[in-house]
Amino acid sequence: MTVILTFLAMIAGIAGWWLSRQGLMSKPWLESVGPLPQTEPSHPPPYRLGTAVLLAVIGGLFAMLGSAFVMQIDETPWQLAPLPNLVWLNTGLLVLSSLALHFASRDDGQGRQIWLIVGSVTAVGFLLGQLQIWTTLTQNGYELSGAPAASFFYLITGLHGLHILGGLVALGWVWLRLSQTDERTDREAPIGLCALYWHGLLVIWLLLLALLLGLGNEFLALCRSALT
Amino acid sequence: MADLPHDTDPQLPPAEVADVMPPHAHSWWSHYVFSQDAKYIAIQYSGTAIAIGLVGLVLSWLMRLQLGFPGIFDFITPDAYYQFITMHGMIMVVYLLTAVFLGGFGNYLIPLMVGARDMVFPFVNMLSFWIYLLAVLVLVASFFAPGGPTGAGWTLYPPQAILSGTPGGAQSGIILMLVSLILFIIGFTMGGLNYVVTVLQARTRGMTMMRLPLTVWGIFTATVMALLAFPALLVAAIMMLFDRLLGTSFFMPALVELGETLSYGGGSPIAFQHLFWFFGHPEVYIVALPAFGIVSDLLAVHARKNVFGYRMMVWAIVGIGALSFIVWAHHMYVSGMHPYFGFFFATTTLIIAVPTAIKVYNWVLTLWKGDIHLTLPMLFALGFIVTFVNGGLTGLFLGNVVVDVPLSDTMFVVAHFHMVMGVAPIMVILGAIYHWYPLMTGRMLNQAMGHFHFWITFIGAYAIFFPMHYVGLVGVPRRYYEIGEPAFMTTPVEGLNAFITVAALTVGAAQMVFLFNLYWSSRHGRVAGSNPWKATTLEWLTPVVPPEHGNWGDDLPLVYRWAYDYSLPGAPEDYIVQTDPGPKAPTAGPL
Repeated sequence: MTVILTFLAMIAGIAGWWLSRQGLMSKPWLESVGPLPQTEPSHPPPYRLGTAVLLAVIGGLFAMLGSAFVMQIDETPWQLAPLPNLVWLNTGLLVLSSLALHFASRDDGQGRQIWLIVGSVTAVGFLLGQLQIWTTLTQNGYELSGAPAASFFYLITGLHGLHILGGLVALGWVWLRLSQTDERTDREAPIGLCALYWHGLLVIWLLLLALLLGLGNEFLALCRSALT
Repeated sequence: MADLPHDTDPQLPPAEVADVMPPHAHSWWSHYVFSQDAKYIAIQYSGTAIAIGLVGLVLSWLMRLQLGFPGIFDFITPDAYYQFITMHGMIMVVYLLTAVFLGGFGNYLIPLMVGARDMVFPFVNMLSFWIYLLAVLVLVASFFAPGGPTGAGWTLYPPQAILSGTPGGAQSGIILMLVSLILFIIGFTMGGLNYVVTVLQARTRGMTMMRLPLTVWGIFTATVMALLAFPALLVAAIMMLFDRLLGTSFFMPALVELGETLSYGGGSPIAFQHLFWFFGHPEVYIVALPAFGIVSDLLAVHARKNVFGYRMMVWAIVGIGALSFIVWAHHMYVSGMHPYFGFFFATTTLIIAVPTAIKVYNWVLTLWKGDIHLTLPMLFALGFIVTFVNGGLTGLFLGNVVVDVPLSDTMFVVAHFHMVMGVAPIMVILGAIYHWYPLMTGRMLNQAMGHFHFWITFIGAYAIFFPMHYVGLVGVPRRYYEIGEPAFMTTPVEGLNAFITVAALTVGAAQMVFLFNLYWSSRHGRVAGSNPWKATTLEWLTPVVPPEHGNWGDDLPLVYRWAYDYSLPGAPEDYIVQTDPGPKAPTAGPL
């Protein structure tokens, strides 16, 4: 459970920082009556905060999967599926997609359409590339119903892909809404929310990739030896 | 949506979020069925949860009939008995308690108590309920599926959960259960996002976090916990579904079933237990924290006294929420874990008792020298404190490895968790309904029926679960269809088992009186008027009772004080509402 506990420690850090700014040491039964002056900076707008909370939940989901993965490393037989080089191209596409959406969220003019097209096409390319990796692995004998190490690859990449797919649906909806309105920028910059979501999924993918490549094994072994 | 006129008083801090009227319903369907109003969604959530909870209640009756009078009821076969156990547990913990506290009270009270017009994402909130309803329907469908619902026990431990020897294991029972759980979690996440962001962003001006009623603190913290804990169950459910449907072996070791070698191999059943309890233990507090918050408010209002140690109560809620994530393996002492792990989890389990005990002391000190009104909400709140202390104390015993190992598979554990997680939160739910029913309907619940309901429930619950501790101590194992006359048990328990069954049937029947009261009082109950309990918090201060769409008329309330200004010396009345801009204590002398 090292992975999820590390993730939760991070969340606890953020929560602790936020709580420290809420006047938890105050004594509301003694304070002078009246609305308090606003001493704290404004929070992010609701939709942005909502997206951030959603990303935290999704992060928790993948951290749990990571924990389940790490927990079973000691089980036998445990052999990570050797990933084809295509995985690096896919990762590049996702990075590009994330960057494109970032630029789209900053661009109010004609460039926005272009960046949106680039972002969507590269995201679809990422998904197709992942499907191609599945095919390659299956042909190489690493089937879904084989050893758990291979099954994990399909499960983790599949769930991540589903989240990208959901993001694409949301992006399409936002795109449609923006094309139907004359406003150059919406009140809560919905493309910015999509970009935030994409960045989150990119970070999650990079961490998952490290796990699937076995890069974190030594670090995890160290943590486990410290615990036991 | 339309922007509302804003108060331009320069003395006031600016609103964080624009005051926007939530979308109006344009038809009967969008008003009453596909409503985006949190108050309707709350009632939909609660109604559905109570309906499925009644199914859980009937299942417990059937179980008790078998245990109290074995061999008399032919239709209760061993398979059916395990199915009753499984469905009773899952329904009560997830589909009733979690749904009522967060989906029901969360939806109704958060916007009203923080001074918001509605949840910040009303459409997503509506989707949350409909996905929850779908989850419940899928769960109910498993009763009618070939082979019936799963009988794997509410913890659904693999490998037995998906093998043919377990009812519903080789048929669709377990599949429907897992799909239903996945749907529930998706639906809850939608609601949970709303509760968290609404508390953070939609509080009215002057409503700082430290002026929030403890009910909101409890529901808010529990929601954050649920958002972080439910993914563990989601992952476990998806992986088990893969094992069952796609032939993976995430949780399945190499197995021989009925002489036949199965295709599974290499998986870890213990991994499931870790995932399940990483959700399962926070779940205890996901239910308990809203109960803690609500009971604090009930005590303050009905004892006419400020909550003792408000600040410490907030810290304790947050502390319990954090600690509850590092105690999960105390449910797994008998799984063969490393002894040092057992030591670690026993220690954290005992540590979490400290903030919990602080809360209990503060409740008792809130009552100390209070002007205690023995209203129905107060009776249920008192019932909660006593029951929670009882259940909590046996939890301290069971938290220790050496005590837990022999007791783990006995009825003692069943009695423990029913006291602490069954009866205690139900007491709070009932007390809260008696308290807020006048707000929801404009009428008071009938007192005579209410008192009958309370005393039967309270005394009856003890008649059920006190003897059950003893039955467990003398060695009766849990989850056994029939124990016969085993050699290791020298004390006969048939009489006690029959007594417990009669008590369970009686307590269950008393709940029907409560349901009738809900219906009868909505038509014939005494008209409550606004703020019948003379409470200070915002939900009682809406211009119309029951609150209408948008809650607050033209202007949002402004908050000038904390939530517990009761019985202030020198004040003309024994309560000062949160919107009162007057001085703290008008003519207060030395205290």
